[in-house]
Amino acid sequence: MSSVVGSLNELLVSLFSDISLDVSFLFLLAVIIPGVVIFLIMTVNAIVAVYMERKVSAFMQDRLGPMEVGIFGFKGGKKFWGGIGQTIADAIKLLVKEDIIPNDADRFLMILAPFIIFIGAFVTFIGVPFSEGLIISDFNIGILYVIAMSSVGVIGIILAGWSSNNKWSLYGAMRAAAQIISYEIPIGLSLILVVIVVGSLEMSEIVKWQADNRWFIIHSPFAMLGFFIFFISGVAETNRVPFDIPEAESELVAGWMTEYSGFRWALFFLSEYTNMLIVCIIASVVFLGGWLSPFKIINLPYVDIIPDSFFILDGFYLGLFWLLIKAIFLIFVMMWFRWTFPRLRVDQLMYLCWKVFIPFALGNLVFICIWELLF
Amino acid sequence: MYEDFSPIIIFILLAIALVILPLILQSLMSPKDNKGGDKLLSYECGELPEGSAWVKFNIRFYIIALIFIIFDVEVIFMFPWAVVFQEFVSRGYGLLAFVEMMLFLVILLVGFAYVWVKSDLDWVKMKLKYAYGRYGHLKKNEESV
Repeated sequence: MSSVVGSLNELLVSLFSDISLDVSFLFLLAVIIPGVVIFLIMTVNAIVAVYMERKVSAFMQDRLGPMEVGIFGFKGGKKFWGGIGQTIADAIKLLVKEDIIPNDADRFLMILAPFIIFIGAFVTFIGVPFSEGLIISDFNIGILYVIAMSSVGVIGIILAGWSSNNKWSLYGAMRAAAQIISYEIPIGLSLILVVIVVGSLEMSEIVKWQADNRWFIIHSPFAMLGFFIFFISGVAETNRVPFDIPEAESELVAGWMTEYSGFRWALFFLSEYTNMLIVCIIASVVFLGGWLSPFKIINLPYVDIIPDSFFILDGFYLGLFWLLIKAIFLIFVMMWFRWTFPRLRVDQLMYLCWKVFIPFALGNLVFICIWELLF
Repeated sequence: MYEDFSPIIIFILLAIALVILPLILQSLMSPKDNKGGDKLLSYECGELPEGSAWVKFNIRFYIIALIFIIFDVEVIFMFPWAVVFQEFVSRGYGLLAFVEMMLFLVILLVGFAYVWVKSDLDWVKMKLKYAYGRYGHLKKNEESV
């Protein structure tokens, strides 16, 4: 088995073979260790992404804060540590902030909502690969599992908005739900393109196909259109600008998160940045060759422009490096969107999804079938 | 086989534990003794909250949800077909598989076209007596009334 749980389980069994430990306990341990690592990845991702977001916006808009706030009295300027003080202060603030649940709110549901959203984001990671063999469990239904699990969060959003008993929260939650479920359809339809071509839902199979042939984004013109539909819908799924009407600051305060504070709010924040990471990783794995080197966009046997042996890292770690480079680039593009496009109106948002993306995605599906039949 | 899927349930339990632990940490570190009064009111831009927020809601959201259900089920039905499509192509039955899925799609597209024509996909459905420029399409058509 080429999954983290499988290989870790084998390792643990071989380590503790002389002590007679229960096999099921070892399996439990083999799942919990990667689980805790995933939690750390989520936390680090949120911290780094917030820092990156500040820095990117500061460069794009000439903002002062992230350029001036240094650490331990050093002025950062445009250097790396400028603005890192804000990140540290953020993390401490979220932990020591007062936890408030309003009197009018539905207490039980309001406490339950962050759990559901966090579980949705956390459990999705079981099917998200980081490198060759570096996936918690390589299902035969990989892609379907990721789509299914990443939409669990909507239930939490609706619960959060409804239970807060606050008008901003309710409007935000209803808008968020309508938006997220609408944009799930173009996402599903553009992932089907890959499944039609590869003939498997497994992540490792999809990347293997790309290694044997070429990156999926240049499979055909339809696949390229599919990538753009997928990525833009992904931006809408994560409620980011220009699709951020559920939490449009200037009209809805903070949308469905209005009544939350302290660590409960931080959980929403964490899940949002995690969803961003998941969308970017899935986009890179499915369309941009996953852990393949960017110098091997097309598989040309006998021609190797820059061989893998050129790099210090090898195999498995090199795959992780390439995948993260691609994912971080896509995250940067999302941040770039934020400072480039104005917010869409709610009717424009629905128009874009139902009257542009879905017809185009369905047309894509038909044409890629014809392409496959012809070639 | 089941080994592949059993991590899911363990992950769900682990997620609950990983949420509860920081919440306990927060309850130890955060101030607790000055709760009460206006702080526990619902936020409404500094005004006193006006009534409950649990109100009747616009039907458009429910229509979107209904259309979503149809399309989502459609996508789910397409996945098994998509997985075996290449196998059909390699055996020479590619055209058969393609035509069958197109029949399924056409039936759904009729429904989609109906929803589109009935303008249930439009967010703004109102008609105005006076509408010009980019809102011109909202103008009430006098002849048809």
